[in-house]
Amino acid sequence: MQVSINGEIRQLVDGCTVRQMLEELQIKATRVAVELNLEIVPKADFAERTLQDGDKIEIVHFVGGG
Amino acid sequence: MLTAEEQERYSRHLMLPEVGPEGQERLRDSRVLIIGAGGLGSPAALYLVAAGVGTIGIADGDRVELSNLQRQVVHDSTTLGQLKVASAAKRLQALNPACRLEQIPVMLDQNNLPSLVQRYDFVLDATDTLAAKFMINDICVSQGIPFSHGGILRFSGQTMTVLPGVSPCYRCLFAELPPEEDREACERDGVLGILPGVIGTLQAAEAVKFIVGIGTLLTSRLLTFDLLGMRFREVPVAVNPGCSSCGNR
Repeated sequence: MQVSINGEIRQLVDGCTVRQMLEELQIKATRVAVELNLEIVPKADFAERTLQDGDKIEIVHFVGGG
Repeated sequence: MLTAEEQERYSRHLMLPEVGPEGQERLRDSRVLIIGAGGLGSPAALYLVAAGVGTIGIADGDRVELSNLQRQVVHDSTTLGQLKVASAAKRLQALNPACRLEQIPVMLDQNNLPSLVQRYDFVLDATDTLAAKFMINDICVSQGIPFSHGGILRFSGQTMTVLPGVSPCYRCLFAELPPEEDREACERDGVLGILPGVIGTLQAAEAVKFIVGIGTLLTSRLLTFDLLGMRFREVPVAVNPGCSSCGNR
């Protein structure tokens, strides 16, 4: 299936969850917020939430420096 | 009424119909609090003082160190070891003697921050920890004070403006503070010195726009900046009904 991640088109395997997507991108789940079609996905749901073809995903890192 | 000196100092503002004498007077009558006199706070303070903001509070409990000077441009080699608020005030006062500078040389916490933010029209979060960013968000939301979030690390930065009760807050997007073992990696690392100059200046621009009442504020979207790719990206942010900070408003 095809999804948009941070505005870029990416291919993911069917049934891919938010957690699997982050693992594939080598992103630590605790260091980001994930928005799926404009809605925040609670961290507790990362493992169960499956992605669908056409989903728009935004991954935003915590940036704590100043 | 602006004085003759003010008319000359701010002439390039006064030539802008969007600002004009009324906008300049609004800036002069305004109060902005900058929390953190470091990488983000330095450029923000310099530009806000130059722009004619009448009163600026600067809160920071740290002292100037040599390793700060690669990016914290309000300080310099002659103020090493001084309190950052005093070092910044010296430079800022020279830039614009009319600006009233309020030095707050303490680390802010849950107890002293609510009454402090109440005294200002707009707050800039220029702190360097995630705990501080969450605290400033929660307190500004509960006190109804508009603020600008800013964060930087390595080559990337982000900023968003929050109008409590009107627009989504920082917690609507980020929900909870990451576990302690993950925080340091998001807070402490190398920083290209110019990066906070970009983000801090954007935060100052939001403060000026808010005070003068012009343009479109950076609300309901987080602006992220990738310096190496030289790309800005906007992440739309919606009010999160379950947000523990603003969700029940």
